[in-house]
Amino acid sequence: MTQTLGGFGLYLHWPFCQAKCPYCDFNSHVSANIDQARWQAAYLSELDRAAAETKNRVLETVFFGGGTPSLMDPSLVNAIIERIRQNWPMVNDPEISLEANPTSVEAGRFAGYRDAGVNRISMGIQALNDTDLRRLGRMHSVKDARAAFDTARNLFDRVSFDLIYARQNQTLQDWKAELTEALNMAIDHLSLYQLTIEDGTAFGARHAAGGLKGLPDDDTSADMYLLTQEITADAGLGSYEVSNHAREDAQSRHNLIYWRGGDYIGIGPGAHGRLTLNSQKFATETELSPLGWLLNVEKKGSGETLRDAVPSSEQALEYLMMSLRLSEGTDLIRYKNLGGKLAQNAAQDLVQLGLIEIDETRLRATSQGRPVLNGLLRNLIAE
Amino acid sequence: MTDLDKIRNFSIVAHIDHGKSTLADRLIQETNTVAVRDMKEQLLDSMDIERERGITIKANTVRIDYTADDGQDYVLNLIDTPGHVDFAYEVSRSMRAVEGSLLVVDSTQGVEAQTLANVYHALDADHEIVPVLNKIDLPASDCERVAEQIEDVIGIDASEAIQVSAKTGVGIRETLESIVKHLPAPKGDPDAPLKAMLVDSWYDSYLGVIVLVRVIDGRLKKGERVKFLSNGTVHHVDRIGVFRPAMAEIDSLGPGEIGFLTASIKQVRDTRVGDTITHQKSEVEALPGFKPAQPVVFCGLFPVDAAQFEDMRDSIDKLALNDASFSFEMETSAALGFGFRCGFLGLLHLEVIRDRIEREYDIDLITTAPSVIYDIHMKDGTVEQLHNPADMPDLTLVDHIEEPRIKATILVPDEYLGDVLKLCQDRRGLQLDLTYAGSRAMVVYDLPLNEVVFDFYDRLKSVTKGYASFDYQMIGYREDNLVKMSVLVNDEPVDALSMMVHRERAETRGRAMVEKLKELIPRHMFKIPIQAAIGGKVIARETLSAMRKDVTAKCYGGDATRKKKLLEKQKAGKKKMRQFGKVEIPQQAFINALKMDS
Ligand SMILES: Nc1nc2c(ncn2[C@@H]2O[C@H](COP(=O)(O)OP(=O)(O)OP(=O)(O)O)[C@@H](O)[C@H]2O)c(=O)[nH]1
Ligand SMILES: C[S@@+](CC[C@H](N)C(=O)[O-])C[C@H]1O[C@@H](n2cnc3c(N)ncnc32)[C@H](O)[C@@H]1O
Ligand code: SF4
Ligand SMILES: [Mg+2]
Repeated sequence: MTQTLGGFGLYLHWPFCQAKCPYCDFNSHVSANIDQARWQAAYLSELDRAAAETKNRVLETVFFGGGTPSLMDPSLVNAIIERIRQNWPMVNDPEISLEANPTSVEAGRFAGYRDAGVNRISMGIQALNDTDLRRLGRMHSVKDARAAFDTARNLFDRVSFDLIYARQNQTLQDWKAELTEALNMAIDHLSLYQLTIEDGTAFGARHAAGGLKGLPDDDTSADMYLLTQEITADAGLGSYEVSNHAREDAQSRHNLIYWRGGDYIGIGPGAHGRLTLNSQKFATETELSPLGWLLNVEKKGSGETLRDAVPSSEQALEYLMMSLRLSEGTDLIRYKNLGGKLAQNAAQDLVQLGLIEIDETRLRATSQGRPVLNGLLRNLIAE
Repeated sequence: MTDLDKIRNFSIVAHIDHGKSTLADRLIQETNTVAVRDMKEQLLDSMDIERERGITIKANTVRIDYTADDGQDYVLNLIDTPGHVDFAYEVSRSMRAVEGSLLVVDSTQGVEAQTLANVYHALDADHEIVPVLNKIDLPASDCERVAEQIEDVIGIDASEAIQVSAKTGVGIRETLESIVKHLPAPKGDPDAPLKAMLVDSWYDSYLGVIVLVRVIDGRLKKGERVKFLSNGTVHHVDRIGVFRPAMAEIDSLGPGEIGFLTASIKQVRDTRVGDTITHQKSEVEALPGFKPAQPVVFCGLFPVDAAQFEDMRDSIDKLALNDASFSFEMETSAALGFGFRCGFLGLLHLEVIRDRIEREYDIDLITTAPSVIYDIHMKDGTVEQLHNPADMPDLTLVDHIEEPRIKATILVPDEYLGDVLKLCQDRRGLQLDLTYAGSRAMVVYDLPLNEVVFDFYDRLKSVTKGYASFDYQMIGYREDNLVKMSVLVNDEPVDALSMMVHRERAETRGRAMVEKLKELIPRHMFKIPIQAAIGGKVIARETLSAMRKDVTAKCYGGDATRKKKLLEKQKAGKKKMRQFGKVEIPQQAFINALKMDS
């Protein structure tokens, strides 16, 4: 039995949504008729393929991500979880999460998901005012969201939700009020993302054409970020990662696997994986287009399109980049074992500036350092 | 050998883009010098850079045969010349090899600054001038007005100016006839000892140095031994030929003829343009020679990647083989490492050479502020030439500083005159003359060269929407109140940004410079003071605040690969930055920091 540093989880991607949100660059598509039985067969076949090389490893988490997995039939989710349980030994208390959009139709399926074995819901509420929800192209209202959230919390112990802030024309005060409201709703986990304008999205195009006015400038978004850190910490939901907040022991164990440099299987169109096989770390990817993936699985028996050995120098970089997102920071011994180096002078300067902390075994970004994490990384990685 | 009275030699001169090279195309085509299938536009512009920019950089010679209306066969040697002011030297030396000029004027534009400058060169060389009004196919063409302008502004008779479209071919036959009728045949004595002028030379990787010659007296034959008077070297002529425009070998060249010789010469530097060539055993009086082209603009060129220094040395050596007007010496800079201080004929010349190093040899370069040569008069009476502001000697030893000045001639439609005068005034110009020709003004200014080398031409074009033309010549050195301004980034002096400025302009330049740098240097993790100083005194200061926000909001399993690649790319991008103390400055900043908005 292999024990991998950072844990072992499984990510499953459902690539469909009811509508494409204008800010979203995820692998999500709108499709009128989806043959869920056909998808089920493909997912199960891929689960078997993955199990063939990781059979005896103990699975800790499963994550249904999207797209909008709350469009999946509960029976499909059930079949998948069943197959997972057959294929791998699991820990006693596995975390099985599913991303859900908060419309009434979807809320109707929550009970089915619970019965299938899902024990955590992550809900994309995004904003707590209707004007902004419309601007974000969302299909739900604040009322819908609250109702769906109540349904979820009645069914699940663990319910988290996502908000997007630093939106058009949003002031620091607006956000403070909205966040306070959100904290009143929240149970033990929240994801708070600053709006990112991504290339290849509708917002990206509008922004490039000079549209999408009223986005906060760097200084304002820095202030918003720092304010968010303060308010959430006061409410006992301090951040454990750049954009993720939780009470003690309520962190997303699945996502921690990514940030701690663990192993994860990626199933479904465009899913990425990291797997240690015979002491070598591999990066895997699958066909991005839903139909292409389906056909590959059906015809070739595999959706995988890439399998690269990750050299240790790249693993080191990846580990630093991911782990520094966490408030617990980077395990320097592990980083060094991978051959990772720190630019010593730069590191000393960053300590002086109060942006990082270093002790014998760990490197952490301070609360001042976290908003400029990319800058820290550029400075810290040695030639 | 051709009878002297059947030869006509001429250069084609004009303001940039008035259609010289296109006219040359038509003359070549009309006389069937080149097979139809080998014909292409601006055939003579054969260098990549010429074709890409659509301009002529190097003068080109072609020999064409023409049967005139009088039934006689003539040999015409034409030289197509560049129009850009940086290469004016090519024009004036080409003119020394011929007896007449076709003065091409774009009939939609009229007389421009280089039209004038070329006329003066032509008159200096005692040329007959045949005016040609080009581009008559365009609706904006106005031959009557332009002919009038030629008479008014230049003072030559334009009543017989030929109306031509080098594009459609109208007027080409008339041009050829006019060349035969109006341009003088060369003079010379076939029986006198050989006397030939070395007009130009360039390097060819197969044949070695190719020497363009104009025979004055006597005959030059293949297999003979010839002597270059300037250095007394003797060479065995292994090839003689003419350009049609491809090289065609012939046995001999007689008086009045223009052609080439090769003689196993290794380096362009072993030949001196303007030199006199004779037979080994003959004694002739030397021709007056040409003044060598002097580089006037200097800058440092450094490889972005220090490991490419040797490659860069190679590339510079190779380019210099073929371009004697470009000078270079090794330079070291605390910040930029090893590189070269290079001298150029002007900014376009600088750009062309830099482009060629970057592209043909695949080396990324950092270009430092262009500068001119200052004469530093020391208290002990000696004079030092300062090519690089970083080398400014201790001020207590300096008596005074002199800078090169130019006489600039600008032609501009009068609606833009005010802006042009303001620009010249801002650049410390002294007005010498202001006259009108119709609705165009001709302004002559005495300007410091250093105010012009960098972006004067760009500014002139932008304030006049491209309607002004500009020409200049050096007029000598003059004392002024000049100081060295240094730039400090995070309290460290950055040599490559230091520059000589007039004391009274120092504050303005300094402020503009630090403001620009504030935009050009990316935010760092800490705040960075940027200062301009004269000696120990800070004259302008800006603070670049620390980076506040740069973090990826979402980063999950599917994002790891992409973000990691981005980081690796940024790490590689750091190579395009230069480290000054703790600050990284992008290479582009060195040149862009100098661009002034007014
Ligand atoms: N319509 C029209 N365009 C012309 C004519 N002659 C030249 N051109 C165009 O004018 C532009 C400049 O022509 P060139 O022959 O390269 O001009 P040049 O004087 O040799 O330019 P430099 O060598 O850069 O000084 C080109 O785009 C030509 O196609 C003409 O008679 N009619
Ligand atoms: C994979 S998405 C999908 C979840 C689900 N389909 C939904 O939209 O609610 C996960 C979360 O990423 C966040 N997100 C997506 N695009 C974003 C962007 N451009 N900027 C900031 N956050 C974004 C949203 O909060 C979203 O809930
Ligand atoms: S944000 Fe969620 S619902 Fe919207 S398109 Fe993206 S994945 Fe689909
Ligand atoms: Mg030309």
